[in-house]
Amino acid sequence: MTKFIAKRILLSLATLFVILFILFLLLQFMPGSPFNDEKLTAAQQAVLMAKYGLDKPFFIRFWIYLQNVVLRGDFGISYAIKKDMLVSGIVIARLGTSVRIGLQALLLGVSLGVLFGVISGSKRNTWMDSMATVAAVIGVSIPSYVLALVLSFVLGYKFRIFSITYQVDQPLWSSILPTIALSFFVMAQTTRFLRTELIEVLASDYVKLVDAKGVARPKVILRHGLRNAMISVITILGPLTVNLMTGSLVVERVYGIPGIGSLLVEGIQVNDYNVIIMIAFVYSALYIFVNLIVDILYGVIDPRIRVAKGG
Amino acid sequence: MKENRILEVNHLDLSFRLGNEVNHVIRDISFHLNQGETLAIVGESGSGKSVTTKAILGMIDDNGFLGKGEILFRTSRTGKEDEIVDLTKKDKKYMQKYVRGSKIAIIFQDPMTSLDPTMTIGKQIMESMLEHKKVASKKEAMAKTIQLLDLVGIEQPEKRVRQYPHQLSGGMRQRVVIAIALACEPDVLIADEPTTALDVTIQSQILELIKDLQKKTGVSIIFITHDLGVVANVADRVAVMYAGKIVEEGLASEIYYDPRHPYTWGLLSSIPSLDGQDEEIYSIPGTPPNLIDPPKGDAFAYRSEYALEIDFEEQPPMFQISDTHFAASWLLHPSAPKVDMPLVLAKRIAAFNERRSQE
Repeated sequence: MTKFIAKRILLSLATLFVILFILFLLLQFMPGSPFNDEKLTAAQQAVLMAKYGLDKPFFIRFWIYLQNVVLRGDFGISYAIKKDMLVSGIVIARLGTSVRIGLQALLLGVSLGVLFGVISGSKRNTWMDSMATVAAVIGVSIPSYVLALVLSFVLGYKFRIFSITYQVDQPLWSSILPTIALSFFVMAQTTRFLRTELIEVLASDYVKLVDAKGVARPKVILRHGLRNAMISVITILGPLTVNLMTGSLVVERVYGIPGIGSLLVEGIQVNDYNVIIMIAFVYSALYIFVNLIVDILYGVIDPRIRVAKGG
Repeated sequence: MKENRILEVNHLDLSFRLGNEVNHVIRDISFHLNQGETLAIVGESGSGKSVTTKAILGMIDDNGFLGKGEILFRTSRTGKEDEIVDLTKKDKKYMQKYVRGSKIAIIFQDPMTSLDPTMTIGKQIMESMLEHKKVASKKEAMAKTIQLLDLVGIEQPEKRVRQYPHQLSGGMRQRVVIAIALACEPDVLIADEPTTALDVTIQSQILELIKDLQKKTGVSIIFITHDLGVVANVADRVAVMYAGKIVEEGLASEIYYDPRHPYTWGLLSSIPSLDGQDEEIYSIPGTPPNLIDPPKGDAFAYRSEYALEIDFEEQPPMFQISDTHFAASWLLHPSAPKVDMPLVLAKRIAAFNERRSQE
């Protein structure tokens, strides 16, 4: 198992390197430059370019950049958002909030999804199943930013239960609405997926044998049904994380959350290259990390996948 | 119910709803199981043999429903007289708590898919003991599990209990499934084609094991199979099923040496024999009837070269041949024309008898 994990980590690092290179390469094709100021003359722009090392050939710039990233964790400085400040400082300061809200949404969404999925899959074709299915279809169809706006209008503006925007001094209370907005899709997907899987598992021979052993129904469903169904459900955790990230870009804007999602949007609008690269890099790293966790979870849940001998 | 019987099925009817249609899969069947014997129920796919056992266990799918009939089961009670319960009158909760696993256990056909891939085999065997409170502690359950694995012929049981199904071969898995069935020392064991999915050498080992376990535990067995050859050495009595009905029933010797129903003749003729190199293997022509609209008379008449006119008109009653031997065929009516069984089969039985008398 340790060997398996070590191998996966090495592979992840290699992937991250490739991602960093591609990101760096892609930014070369972005229109405009950080010094798109009409007041600056061409000569002044050239001086600024030289000052920040942007006049050097591509590979040399990448090499310098790579050294800074690997050796010092330095992703360069911000050109526009907070001039001359280290990008890593800006991003890390805002990373916590984003990750926390993302995790809250993932946790809430998966828990509710598992709950609804189990009800729906084990009480097939009852009113509870229909309710869960309707909720799942709505959750999959409504984009998170629409839900974010609706929630903040109804619960924030109309009934004034929650504040319309995120408050730094009330990090938990004011993050409830964005968490719900982000978790809805996760919940819906988990419900749908688990329902299908559970129905299949509950019809399998081994569940029939457990039934024939005279085991009480709730235990049959949870101990044997859910556990086996979860093997497939874990697979969608990766894609769900991506959805949370893309969703957070807009949801953070809607609620004014000082996270990396809103920072990325800001960075793109003002061509702040280094900010964009670092956030895209952080997103990739998070995604790879989630996939690593998923792989390890597989081994925990499914003994057939455990690579090490002895089981 | 007679003293020596543990299970008695009387005039059982069972149907499944399929959209607007009703599939009448079990049509008025009656049979019984004596204490400590092995009853083989034989028939081709779709004859209703597996469904019958599911009805006994209360595991009929939601679209199935029982018509008339009863399933009487003798329930032993510690310190008290036996109680006879009609399982068709009991709800799901009762069946789960007091019958399935604890009193009546089942072995399924395919050991490759019968075990939960995510749970160690030890836990799977212990599960029913703990559920039915047959043991006081997990430790006791573990000790009993190791004994059971030893009993079903698995070597190094202490090591095996911690293994997962994928680490065992098909034959070993079927032994584990048998151990699961025996975990609560049931009174009745239903073996639903337990050897069909195994290769031939393993088949005979599993059959031997089941026979041996019956000797050791005294469990009564219902053995479901489509192959009369498989049960020849195992069964005390045989019931032949066709299209949701029992067409012939008797002691194993009566079914094998004095079969009376044309369908039984067909089944016996289709067993390949070892010495008949030049004979062609017989197969019964046609397919079983559709039970959504079952035929009026004898359901086998359409595939039988011995069918009489009345076979297409009226259901034959069970004719008694001996105290234990019954068959539902108009050929047994006193005024029916005299018909002999197929020559191939007659020759084969004669050869058997000759060999038997020599031994």
